[in-house]
Amino acid sequence: MFEPKWKTTLKALLYLSPALIIIATFVIYPMFRSVWISFFKDYNIFKHTGTGFGLENYKDVLTDGRFLLALKNTSIYTIVVVPISMIIALFSAVLLNSKMKGMKFFETLYFLPYITNLIAIGLAFQFIFNSTYGILNKVLGIFGIDSIMWLNDPKYSLPALIIFGIWSGLAFKIVVFLAGIQGINKQYYQAARIDGTSRWRTFTKITMPLLSPMIFYIAIISFIGAFKTYIQVVGLYGNNPGPADTAMTIVYYVYDKFYGANEPPIAAAASVILFLIILIFTFIQLRVSKKRVQY
Amino acid sequence: MKTTSKIITYILLATGAIVMLFPFFWMITGSLKTYNEITASPIVWWPKVVQWSNYARALEIAPFDKYFVNTVLVATINTLVVLLTSIFAAFAFSRLKFKGRDIIFSILLATLMIPSQILIITNYVTVAVRLHLMDTMLALILPYTASIFYIYLLREFFNQIPEQLYLAAKVDGTSDWRYLWKIMVPNSKNALITIGLFSFIASWNSYIWPLLVTNSESKRVLSIGLRYFSGEAGTDYHLLMAAGTIVILPLLVIYLFLRRYIMEGVSRAGIKG
Repeated sequence: MFEPKWKTTLKALLYLSPALIIIATFVIYPMFRSVWISFFKDYNIFKHTGTGFGLENYKDVLTDGRFLLALKNTSIYTIVVVPISMIIALFSAVLLNSKMKGMKFFETLYFLPYITNLIAIGLAFQFIFNSTYGILNKVLGIFGIDSIMWLNDPKYSLPALIIFGIWSGLAFKIVVFLAGIQGINKQYYQAARIDGTSRWRTFTKITMPLLSPMIFYIAIISFIGAFKTYIQVVGLYGNNPGPADTAMTIVYYVYDKFYGANEPPIAAAASVILFLIILIFTFIQLRVSKKRVQY
Repeated sequence: MKTTSKIITYILLATGAIVMLFPFFWMITGSLKTYNEITASPIVWWPKVVQWSNYARALEIAPFDKYFVNTVLVATINTLVVLLTSIFAAFAFSRLKFKGRDIIFSILLATLMIPSQILIITNYVTVAVRLHLMDTMLALILPYTASIFYIYLLREFFNQIPEQLYLAAKVDGTSDWRYLWKIMVPNSKNALITIGLFSFIASWNSYIWPLLVTNSESKRVLSIGLRYFSGEAGTDYHLLMAAGTIVILPLLVIYLFLRRYIMEGVSRAGIKG
């Protein structure tokens, strides 16, 4: 305001240039380039030339049995993991909000998985799920349940991934929900207490409605996150996506095509399809959050 | 609250805590057991003699000390650079009134929706083929030296510092550069620590990018080293647990000391959206 406009703009450009150069090179440019690559049947990454421009890769991906399996697995994983982890997280956050001693201590413990390297803790889960030595089967054995081949039986590989997925996603949701609950005006709760309202009623009539925008928002980012599940598969299965590909996810498919099969155009097409799915979720979020989530 | 309801709450919370912590407990105690103890039935909960030698064995099989140094270096440099680029960009977006500011910022925010998988395919080509950086430390760091998400978070903090301070400083003839370092940065110390921790943790745990752009053992970071190790160690569960503990423990220590910043940052980012 004390200097000519062109001077401020020039100065801003200087301040922005380090970040903008990196972002332009590694975010903006690749976004277009990868979409471009996805249309070529054959693409030479060294010469940046391709042949066979068209939608063939998309047709190939969408008719590839492995991709459809990945889509199915990812959908099942998402539909199971998101609601269960949201309910557990919300319930835990309500408990952690109790006016009792030691809550900070519990908070600290509950948040621990958030910072954890999932490849490393995945080794612990591999061992817990181990059919011969694993503690999970030993505990289930006490209840008379026969030993389950968690990681080797195609029937149980996706459930194992789901258990690991729920565990690894809880911490983030608990912390966010807890912050949301603590942000609710204390007077509502005081009024409820004076009226002798039960804890359950307080939860359904005060906490839930006031928290609904946040619950919805977390649901959407959890959906998107679950659709991009990858590292959990590597943590649990290492070099393969489970027995007979039963724990294969969309992102696993993308990297497998890119890194394993060396087919960048196919990988690019699959990643664009993933993006379109995420885009649909995001639009639903924008529409619904404008209309419905109010109190 | 009634006593019974209090007791039930504690029991539920303790059960939850056990579920959250058990994998850590099992990994760390497992890393100190003998092979016979870790595979014993009935379960051996605690090693009879603590087997520190498991760590020495793991280090003999794979140079985790080397991986460790690599990871610390990459995560530290990455974090320092991303903090710098974020400080500059957030300052421009929050204080300097230039043409097209809001449009540029909205476009940048919109790109956060794009899954990283799309970007990684071309970024690999850029870094490995165009820039010839394959198997270098720079390759590990370069694409992550600026982050739209961190710029966005920091801008939120910068915006909370009263605009009047800036105007007053301008009247006094203080330069933007001086103002940034004397007022903005010191006043955003907490935010910078939070963002720094986010970046450090993300870099420490990153997997797919280092897997793509490094191939020699001397350039490996912990995540990658661990993956190769788990192939070699096979069913030596006690050694696998030791290697896993090496990767996890440093972050656990950081977390215990600086958890306040991490939790604050997560709840803030989560609420703002």
